[in-house]
Amino acid sequence: MKLNIRKIFGNKVAKENQDEFDLSRFKNVEKILNEIGGLSRFTNNFFRELFRPPYEHTELLKQAYTIGLSTLPLIGITAFIMGLVLTLQSRPVMAEFGAESWLPGMVSVSIVREIGPVITALICAGKIGSGIGAELGSMRVTEQIDAMEVSGTNPIKYLVTTRVLATTFMIPILVFYSDAISFLGSYIAVNMHGFISFPLFINQAFDALHYNDLIPATIKTFFFGFAIGIISCYKGYFSENGTEGVGKAANSAVVISSLAIFIIDLVAVQLSEIFNIFSF
Amino acid sequence: MIEQKENINNKLINNQEIVIQIEHLKKSFNKNAVLKDINMVVNEGENVVILGKSGIGKSVLIKCIVGLIYPDSGSLKVFNKEIAEMSSRELNTLRTKVGFIFQGNALYDSMTVKENLEFPLRRNKTITDPHIIDGLIVEALENVGLVDTIDKMPSELSGGMKKRIGLARTLILKPDIILYDEPTTGLDPLTSREISSLILKIQDKYKTSSIIISHDLNCAKITSNRMLILHEGVIRAEGKFNELKNSNDEWISSYFKTD
Repeated sequence: MKLNIRKIFGNKVAKENQDEFDLSRFKNVEKILNEIGGLSRFTNNFFRELFRPPYEHTELLKQAYTIGLSTLPLIGITAFIMGLVLTLQSRPVMAEFGAESWLPGMVSVSIVREIGPVITALICAGKIGSGIGAELGSMRVTEQIDAMEVSGTNPIKYLVTTRVLATTFMIPILVFYSDAISFLGSYIAVNMHGFISFPLFINQAFDALHYNDLIPATIKTFFFGFAIGIISCYKGYFSENGTEGVGKAANSAVVISSLAIFIIDLVAVQLSEIFNIFSF
Repeated sequence: MIEQKENINNKLINNQEIVIQIEHLKKSFNKNAVLKDINMVVNEGENVVILGKSGIGKSVLIKCIVGLIYPDSGSLKVFNKEIAEMSSRELNTLRTKVGFIFQGNALYDSMTVKENLEFPLRRNKTITDPHIIDGLIVEALENVGLVDTIDKMPSELSGGMKKRIGLARTLILKPDIILYDEPTTGLDPLTSREISSLILKIQDKYKTSSIIISHDLNCAKITSNRMLILHEGVIRAEGKFNELKNSNDEWISSYFKTD
């Protein structure tokens, strides 16, 4: 597609040998816009099928169970290390100001507001996102999705709505689990250089927390889960070019989901700051 | 009166009803015109084999019939209903009457053989009684001679067995039309012959009409009532196996040379 710049911007803008502006140079922009358009249509299909019977309860429970259970050990280990390291790294600075007693409170606010949700969501994007992308991608290239369609089953309803709902509701639960394990890691780290009883640690940690820390952080985890589910399903569902395409689908599911998590986080933080919606 | 006229249009000279009617069908992918002008019919109870080189658009043609791919123009009627004008609900209902055997079998690899067969049944029939469902599954597996594989995973089956299970999964919905996408590709000659005989047996037992896409001349010889040769986006030749094989047209008879 070619546009005549002289016609659009007048003679001053168009130089003699640059009259024709070749839009094919902007293939990457076109590709990104196509992806955004495709994802929007896909999301629209998801919501349309979500409220239309029959409902796939059994598959939804199966997916929720698989997603939750498969990521529990990984999230547990990461969260424990996260709490431990965060406390160990923060301790010298706090000690310099003689504020070691604030350590449980500082760590709990950091974990609940930001680190817990974001790190957990990123782990889920890697583990769950790649799994969904690869699974649906391989179903696409082996014609299993087509087989579902020709047997009168709606694959969006059976494969996509169940997975997206499962990630949307399981990731907030996984974040709570991750926060709890991080507190445990932090408690052990605090006790490496001194002594604090567990009830006192928990008391100090929860004392520092307010609803306006917890509620926006929890709400954004639903969006994280939704983004991971819908992006991974989209990349897998429209995978092409055989096994190479499956790999690409899994890879881009992780990359785009991770990027989406940071963008959602940025928007969520800005919104909660601007409107201060949940100040109790 | 209109209905009467349609009914008359719907009959062939030999009094067989037309189940699939394609007129001036065209399909392109980007600038590549795959199907240029397809005109064909499939009559009730008939096995039509389509021959043609790889990548010529044979699979695209049968995918158009089940609405997996939409043609750019032309008319495609199944049971006298235009596919392009169907709502998604109507299309789903039609799909239960049109079975499709995929080239790569397309068995759900996370499910057992039993679950593979149960899947279309539970979603398309109102049967909820597990005993009836089990009975239908066993019947479908008996038809393809693989009852003992009921609890196996697809990864535990050989290529020929997967083809048979794919066929059983299609048969469980008792379709009126079956579309076979290269049913004998990748199989040894003996298994190919078995699959070809099975296609005939199914046609005889369930009175199905079929389109069989194949490169395998033995399969075409065994299964076809009529054959079509697809070339450069059009149906270039039509006739019975022996008619085409013994054709004076060297281009047509070249398809049947084995050496």
